[in-house]
Amino acid sequence: MKRVVITGLGIFSSIGNGVDEVRQSLREGRSGIGMSQARVDLGYRSPLTGILPEINLKDILDRKSRLRYAEHGVYAYMAVREALQMAGIDDAYLKANEIGIIMGNDSSAKAVIEGIDVIREKNNTQFVGSGNVFQVMNSTLSMNLAVSLGLKGVSFSVSAACSSSSHAIGLAATLIRSGIQERIICGGAQEVNEYSVSSFDGIAAFSMRKDEPQKASRPFDVGRDGLVPSGGGAAVMVESLESALERKATILAEIVGYGVSTSGEHLTIPTSEGPYTAMKRALNDAGIEPEAVDYVNAHATSTPLGDANEAEALSKLFAGTRPYVSSTKSMTGHELWMAGASEIVYSTLMMMDGFIAPNINLEEKDPKAATLNIPTEAVEKQIDIVLSNSFGFGGTNAALVIKKI
Amino acid sequence: MEQTELRTKLIETLAEEFEVDSTDIKGSDPLMETLGLDSLDMVDVVVIIEKNFGVVLSQDSFKGVVTFDDFIALLESRMK
Repeated sequence: MKRVVITGLGIFSSIGNGVDEVRQSLREGRSGIGMSQARVDLGYRSPLTGILPEINLKDILDRKSRLRYAEHGVYAYMAVREALQMAGIDDAYLKANEIGIIMGNDSSAKAVIEGIDVIREKNNTQFVGSGNVFQVMNSTLSMNLAVSLGLKGVSFSVSAACSSSSHAIGLAATLIRSGIQERIICGGAQEVNEYSVSSFDGIAAFSMRKDEPQKASRPFDVGRDGLVPSGGGAAVMVESLESALERKATILAEIVGYGVSTSGEHLTIPTSEGPYTAMKRALNDAGIEPEAVDYVNAHATSTPLGDANEAEALSKLFAGTRPYVSSTKSMTGHELWMAGASEIVYSTLMMMDGFIAPNINLEEKDPKAATLNIPTEAVEKQIDIVLSNSFGFGGTNAALVIKKI
Repeated sequence: MEQTELRTKLIETLAEEFEVDSTDIKGSDPLMETLGLDSLDMVDVVVIIEKNFGVVLSQDSFKGVVTFDDFIALLESRMK
């Protein structure tokens, strides 16, 4: 089995454009949450959302690409470009070597809705234009990026709700471990437009703390009342250790464990058993005991039941030991399809810089999280092993373990 | 709309939409090569023409259209 390492990171999120801005925000505990007037106008219960940095599309993509990339495709493109640059992979290397792509994605709502609106208005499908078809498909991220970058390796997208991009990284690592691929750029992206996850609002999944947007996402706090949707793009360059050494790339971390499970009980209500199994399997896969884990980047989305059940699973797994646990969603909101990848980016940055990002807005801990060691301010600490959790609707659970090398 | 006016508007509209310089485009220039279009882009040409000229074309409309002059002739015939 080959060893799998991370050599590049890319991130565009509500707490910054690029790793330099994001690592600063993580240290400072800066919230990226605000309000969306467009959501108010559409009749949302909650207009809370992650607010992304402004970008000029013409500075980023040519005309044809702008037509074919969905909103979150652009975010993915930016993140992938940054990760490749950090990994020291330029266009000439992309052309001469086989690199794959696996991206997590589970919707492209705006493109679908706007396309159908045109068809209804014009009663003529051609007025949707040439690019819509490449925006609406669930593989929009991997499809467009593979062509833009001229990739020749594996190319597909993973749909697994809020664990989509965690599975994307896990699957990429699995393919490299087995020798099927040497290098894969992986990650995920999430649209934040007013159509995105609108039905989540309909089932009362979002926080209603409208008077305090930046305090609305409060994982593990007794006053939490729902998640805050957010998004952006996140990318991780992974490759075999041999490939990284051969390229003389800087190795940022090693992916040592991937654990999966499906709870199989309810579409939206999470269990504690399923996540526990995924975490246990990830640690077993890594060949480490719970005591070796320095930091857990929790899935905790700020929902009453989800956080409580994850806290229960963490308390059981880490009985007798107290790694630091925080949910970066307290700052970013829930980045949904992109969360698994963005949280590996955040965790790797913490590992590189020697600190643990705070779980902001934790004022009174949920009794179920009583034994968890949750910092509310950044902690300066060298961390060698991180466990990162992602769980999704339908009970799909993923856990990844990364290690300093 | 006079033919000269139509020619100018068509070339300027297409050049702007497809991000090429319209300055040196002549009526005898090949449409697709000059604008860098492939067959998928022709769908967008249909959208652009409907939006800017109110004329509904289809992919089949472009049979025999090679140059800008051909396209102008097509458009003129549909605007009558």
